[in-house]
Amino acid sequence: MTENILCEISIQTADFSLADEVALLEHDNAIDGAVVTFTGRVRNKNEGKDVTSLTLEHYPGMTEKSLAKIINTAKERWRIGRVKVIHRVGELFIGDQIVFVGVTSKHRQDAFAANEFIMDYLKVQAPFWKKELTERGEKWLDARQSDALQAGKW
Amino acid sequence: MIKVVFFAALREQLNCSELSLSSEKLATVADLKTELASKDEKWQQVFANSALLSAVNHDMVNAEQAIKAGDEVAFFPPVTGG
Repeated sequence: MTENILCEISIQTADFSLADEVALLEHDNAIDGAVVTFTGRVRNKNEGKDVTSLTLEHYPGMTEKSLAKIINTAKERWRIGRVKVIHRVGELFIGDQIVFVGVTSKHRQDAFAANEFIMDYLKVQAPFWKKELTERGEKWLDARQSDALQAGKW
Repeated sequence: MIKVVFFAALREQLNCSELSLSSEKLATVADLKTELASKDEKWQQVFANSALLSAVNHDMVNAEQAIKAGDEVAFFPPVTGG
């Protein structure tokens, strides 16, 4: 088993295990004292409506390329160790995990900042689209102005 | 030829995932947009939306981006992942 080959980006329909991902970030990694993880989940309400499910579409190829660029930018800006980004696609239900971002660093500040940066840029640059199913039918979600503003802060 | 792909709400509005166009006379993404909009009233309406994003060979670009034969150009609505 080669320990130094780590997958950084995964686009998948399957669920993921937070514990397994943390174990991979920590395994054989004594130099990093900080592990920061973010998990995004499907909420039960959006803009006041009851959500039944979400369908996630993406642009294969561009998705991976845009995430790799975001991760590389984070590596240039902060002193970080390992990075893992998982994004699920397909049909997801309330409470399901959608996205995972994990970052390690020697000290906590770099991992905290890089994790938030990656998530903020994923929101506005990675080609994913959510279609929501509610009691009133299907609807593609509109992009939020607040997400653009948040990414603009970096 | 230029490969053109559409995603999400745009794909559904146009009822089209992918098409190919001759790259002659198409120097930029803006030229391609104008060409696509000329197809019919529905396409004209869809491409009049200024919020549409575009990518060439998997990189996000603006309308001034040059295009050439063999490129893959994508059009899609603002992204909503995460």
